[in-house]
Amino acid sequence: MTAFDSSDINALERTWSGTHGDEPFGKLDLRLTDTCLRDGSHHKRHQFTAQEVHDIVAALDESGIPVIEVTHGDGLGGSSFNYGFSRTPEQELIKIAAETAKRAKIAFLMLPGLGTKDDIRAAQDNGGQICRIATHCTEADVSIQHFGLARELGLETVGFLMMSHTQPPEVLAKQARIMVDAGCQCVYVVDSAGALIMEQTADRVSAVVAEIGSQADVGFHGHENLGLGVANTVIAARAGATQIDGSVRRFGAGAGNTPLEAFIGVCDKLGWTTGVDFLKIVDASEDVIKPAMPEECQLDRMTLMMGYAGVYSSFLKHAGNAAERYGVSGAQILLEAGHRKLIGGQEDQLIDIALMLKAKGLETVASATSSTTEAANA
Amino acid sequence: MVSTGSTSGRVTAAIVGPGNIGTDLMYKLLRSDVIEPRWMIGVDPASEGLKLAADQGLISTHEGVDWLLKQDELPDLLFEATSAYVHKEYAPRYAEAGIRAIDLTPASVGPAVIPPVNGEEHVSAMNVNMITCGGQATIPMVAAVSRVTPVSYAEIVASVSSVSAGPGTRANIDEFTRTTAAGVESIGGAERGKAIIILNPAEPPMIMRDTIFCAVDPDADTDAIATSIHEMERAVQEYVPGYRLLQEPQFDGPSDFTKGMRRVSIFVEVEGAGDYLPPYSGNLDIMTAAATQVGQHIARSILGSN
Repeated sequence: MTAFDSSDINALERTWSGTHGDEPFGKLDLRLTDTCLRDGSHHKRHQFTAQEVHDIVAALDESGIPVIEVTHGDGLGGSSFNYGFSRTPEQELIKIAAETAKRAKIAFLMLPGLGTKDDIRAAQDNGGQICRIATHCTEADVSIQHFGLARELGLETVGFLMMSHTQPPEVLAKQARIMVDAGCQCVYVVDSAGALIMEQTADRVSAVVAEIGSQADVGFHGHENLGLGVANTVIAARAGATQIDGSVRRFGAGAGNTPLEAFIGVCDKLGWTTGVDFLKIVDASEDVIKPAMPEECQLDRMTLMMGYAGVYSSFLKHAGNAAERYGVSGAQILLEAGHRKLIGGQEDQLIDIALMLKAKGLETVASATSSTTEAANA
Repeated sequence: MVSTGSTSGRVTAAIVGPGNIGTDLMYKLLRSDVIEPRWMIGVDPASEGLKLAADQGLISTHEGVDWLLKQDELPDLLFEATSAYVHKEYAPRYAEAGIRAIDLTPASVGPAVIPPVNGEEHVSAMNVNMITCGGQATIPMVAAVSRVTPVSYAEIVASVSSVSAGPGTRANIDEFTRTTAAGVESIGGAERGKAIIILNPAEPPMIMRDTIFCAVDPDADTDAIATSIHEMERAVQEYVPGYRLLQEPQFDGPSDFTKGMRRVSIFVEVEGAGDYLPPYSGNLDIMTAAATQVGQHIARSILGSN
């Protein structure tokens, strides 16, 4: 599908090592993971049905996507008051995905402090093959026991350094080292807030490659909150990331993930092999993914605020809920979340912020002797 | 074999583990009118905690618990502030020597205790366990709801500053969630419990915050629940003055997103007393304060029965 004769100038310095067992995909420059059945779970408010998961996995698998991630948006054990209850138990969805995929491997996410080792064992029993363990990007040492277990069980391992925009490259490199020493085979720079701007992405990926590149792969996971998903991902690949996340049709938290079909088209044009058929993935996007989405992922006031203030993308729906419940501005909630330096997992604090804004609004209105109607709308 | 060596109408105590927790605990015990902290036991001669204990007049040694157990005079109480591994190994020997152990590690050798809920239930046990910091901060609130109305499910979210989460917590984060969830059920009174812990690296460090969600019947008496929550806040404040509700309890009606349950949300902050540890580490303070409280209940029962 190469649309023009790509010259050596586009050749990648690092390509995917492909050392994770018997790969039916041949030699790939980049190995792609579609995350719409995990990151998209946030956008879907964790309401995926078994049928939707079956249909999406079948379509992605048919197009040649080598890895498909399926879990509650917040990882194993995420079904809760704090993050939203799953409509269908995630272990059931992992099982359906594993039974449906002919070639693709099924990945699952877990966050230490929420999920546990028992959840990892269950996910493997249900057919999950890749264990992706996510920590805030300064807290990698909480994942050591989980990487140890995953490797013992023979699972392929991936580490996620979330909210990577909050730390300089050298800190990320040290944290990546902790994960690799614990048994992690690929460390992702994760732009959870969609706040990284190209060179910042390159610097972080490069630092991680320099630290662990001889022993492990490096990956990049982007969000669209400032509209830079594809651009950041291209520059990440040039800096040495060989495993790439995205979600077809951006189906992910916040303004969504890197649109994987667009990135695949870009790879074709640059002569980077991904093993995915562009026309098939575009059809899947239109015919299978779109009908499963509650709405398109949008770059609007709320999601722009997340990229701008550096807020964890999955706060979007929760901030929206709290804003509606307490009659305050959702954008203000997100700005305050950024100001408080909240990290992934602290969705509960958004309610506290909404209550604070409501109290503050009422005070302001009272002191300005405005009408109570205005107060209710504050 | 048990000492009756107290000269002040107080029972005697040893603290094992002169680290942050042990040292903070010492300052709290020094204010007690029923416990006399007499020994600080460590293994490292360079320990700052041993030096501080010696300054306060405690017998300080780096020769470990083996030294203590060889003395003619033994403590009535022993506070374990080392690790679960150490406590599991030594717990039988403490019991054999007739020493009551209050365990601040997650070893779970003895029954778990949350002072305002079951603080006086186990005063004659040879070994009691303090669960986890997140458990001490949240289980009282689960109990506050469950004493008014049945709680079919309770979920707690504990956010602590990264700097106040030690290597033990980090290496054993699964044990934290498991032990806390078990306490939410067995002591909090929830049919099913879940615990989540977040380590936040923000600078300056954030003060410990906890959110408690309880699922209750749609027609539960919200006024009675709110009153019970406020009463529990005051009960915890008796030993942790910096424990406070951040907001009024929130009640949300059943919806698709709560699986049809009515939700009670409780938001608390735990600011430490700053005895030795900085005030933001309320997670550590509530452990030492709760252990002091439990120790005093046991001490009173010993003194009363003499």
